Amino acid sequence: MSKKPSATIEQKPTASSTSHSQAPINAALTQAQKIGLFSQMVRIRRFEERSHRAYTGKNAAGGANIGGFLHLYNGQEAIAVGCCSLMGKHDHVITAYRDHGHAIAVGMDTKALMAELYGKVTGCSKGKGGSMHFFSPERNYWGGHGIVGGQIPLGVGLAYGVKYKGHKGSAMAFMGDGAVNQGAVHEAYNLAALWNLPCIFVIENNGYSMGTSQARSSAGDLAKRAEGYGMAWGVCEGHDVYEVRATMDKFLNIAREECKPAVVEIRTYRYRGHSVADPDNTYRTKTEIEEYRRTKDPIQVFQTALIAEGVLSTESAEKIDEAARAEAEAAADFADASPYPTPEDIQKDVYWESDNPDQRTSQGRLFFN
Amino acid sequence: MSQLTYREAVRHALAEELTRDPNVVVMGEEVGQFQGAYKVTQGLLEKFGPKRVADTPISEAGFIGMGIGASMLGVRPVMELMFWSFYSVAFDQILNNAANVRYMSGGQINCPIVIRGPANGGTNVGATHSHTPENILAAHPGVKVVVPSTPYDAKGLLKSAIRDNDPVFFLENTVLYGEKGEVPDEEYLIPLGKADVKREGKDLTIVTYGRPVIQSLVAAELLAKEHDISVEVVDLRTIRPLDIDTVLASVRKTHRVLVVEEQKPFCGVGAQLTYMIQAEAFDDLDAPIGRLCTIDAPAIYSPPVEAEQLPNPQRILKAALALLD
Ligand SMILES: Cc1ncc(C[n+]2csc(CCOP(=O)(O)OP(=O)(O)O)c2C)c(N)n1
Ligand SMILES: [Mg+2]
Repeated sequence: MSKKPSATIEQKPTASSTSHSQAPINAALTQAQKIGLFSQMVRIRRFEERSHRAYTGKNAAGGANIGGFLHLYNGQEAIAVGCCSLMGKHDHVITAYRDHGHAIAVGMDTKALMAELYGKVTGCSKGKGGSMHFFSPERNYWGGHGIVGGQIPLGVGLAYGVKYKGHKGSAMAFMGDGAVNQGAVHEAYNLAALWNLPCIFVIENNGYSMGTSQARSSAGDLAKRAEGYGMAWGVCEGHDVYEVRATMDKFLNIAREECKPAVVEIRTYRYRGHSVADPDNTYRTKTEIEEYRRTKDPIQVFQTALIAEGVLSTESAEKIDEAARAEAEAAADFADASPYPTPEDIQKDVYWESDNPDQRTSQGRLFFN
Repeated sequence: MSQLTYREAVRHALAEELTRDPNVVVMGEEVGQFQGAYKVTQGLLEKFGPKRVADTPISEAGFIGMGIGASMLGVRPVMELMFWSFYSVAFDQILNNAANVRYMSGGQINCPIVIRGPANGGTNVGATHSHTPENILAAHPGVKVVVPSTPYDAKGLLKSAIRDNDPVFFLENTVLYGEKGEVPDEEYLIPLGKADVKREGKDLTIVTYGRPVIQSLVAAELLAKEHDISVEVVDLRTIRPLDIDTVLASVRKTHRVLVVEEQKPFCGVGAQLTYMIQAEAFDDLDAPIGRLCTIDAPAIYSPPVEAEQLPNPQRILKAALALLD
């Protein structure tokens, strides 16, 4: 394992991002904000690379650092960063198990995220959720959900809550291209459209659900299914953070101003296997992965654009990358040094009432062992 | 005191809580304009308007999930399932989302949602519409499960359920909706997790909940009159949290126990109860614990036979006599 992960951001992309840079929402960005978006994408990439190394490596005791699944976000960074950069006070986010990027994009501390992967008590869910279940309600981030499509009705509920409370806001409910075939998603579509709820359903279409390509799993166009519910829909490219922002801004404003839902399909690609431990050569070729990385890597695309705009230099990009690596390294050190929860912690955080015994109103036994 | 039906008692609880807390909303299929499939929510739409009382499409996974999501933001939805039997199509939302989200977030989130509706057999609607999932629901830490048997209990417990900060599943009974009982005119709450001794006795304890409470009281009366046997009837009222102390106190008094439940026996609530009773009051028992359940098959349609498949006063009486033999 090399200390310096693969040189993804040193390659030259052929895809350009200039056409969307002039959209009002992007034209309004300051240089610092643009660099901020770039840094976040790099930080996600380096966090994921570092967590991958931790997953495949061993801890001091010779055991695994990280258990279970680890669904990495490499290749999809512009989506979470682009979408979450548009959040205001009453905009909410919920997603599936490929949730690290969104967590970083809403501003969660990478130390707490890495510690969660390590199952440590300092983790964002005290070691109780793991990779698939990151949450930060204070940042309007409602998870991190492991059942494909199961989070989508919750997203509609967040939009309902926003509307019920009279707030001008929205909920962005993220899912994969495989999730669109879950019944609960369609029930949620109908409810959001029927009740005019400000929910944007974001399909991160990375082409595959585990090892099944879109062509082998879905009939018809994914976002166009919105038409069946009388909902607006759109499609955009997910390698260009400017395009993601320009597209999402349009739908978010409709959601906030007119309380109308929409389905947005964002085309993207994942570089790693479905989960780290999964084989990655049975359903796609190395060439396919390399081709995307070479031509559409979202970080490289944005870096090239920012250099062309005179916002960024190669040296400052390098510095940002160095800092992101150092941050990921520090997160891993923090996670490594943190303690595990204790067996006594197992039965905490089950009931609000048992966690707040002074305010308990019920009686009787809550736990049975 | 007023004489109210069970249905009215539930309705009054809803109306009072809708009035008390602007965050409370009532949602479900046919709860508004249609006035409720079982008329429980009759009049609420007129009184509170469509923002507070909302008709949903037939999308249990969708609207239950929506309610759970809204509850994470502090709305307090009371969701009606037309029948609890339809929990199966919303199972993922109920158990992975309502029950688990607090834990998976390390205690950052709570879901103050109530899901309510009838869960019972006895109305000849066949296997799909006669499920009693209290055991399945209560098997999931993070949730609370309430099964009231009388109008008084239904009202007091539902009000507590709506104020509770954890997800509460409230299982009513269509056979009981028309039953009348005394309900105070002034406001009252019944804490979840508190059993109620519905009849005092000294020879045998019947531990039960839901409609079998009413049937056990009938059986107890017959046992007293015809067999001179004094039966204590303990109504659990709440399955989780469980008031095991009241059960054990009764066992220590009568030394014999019959658990009666409108459930199939395998892994039913009674399986947990009988385990706990033997573990905690073994020396107080004069006989093996008896158990009377719904006969172990999908709910039969045939009306006279369904009555025999379910607990009923005659079956309870026989089981009690067998225990006292
Ligand atoms: C209900 C359910 N079925 C199956 C799975 C197993 N599973 C986890 S992720 C996944 C693929 C989903 O693909 P997609 O929605 O495209 O999201 P992506 O992984 O590409 O982000 C499957 C089949 C699951 N977690 N939940
Ligand atoms: Mg996919």
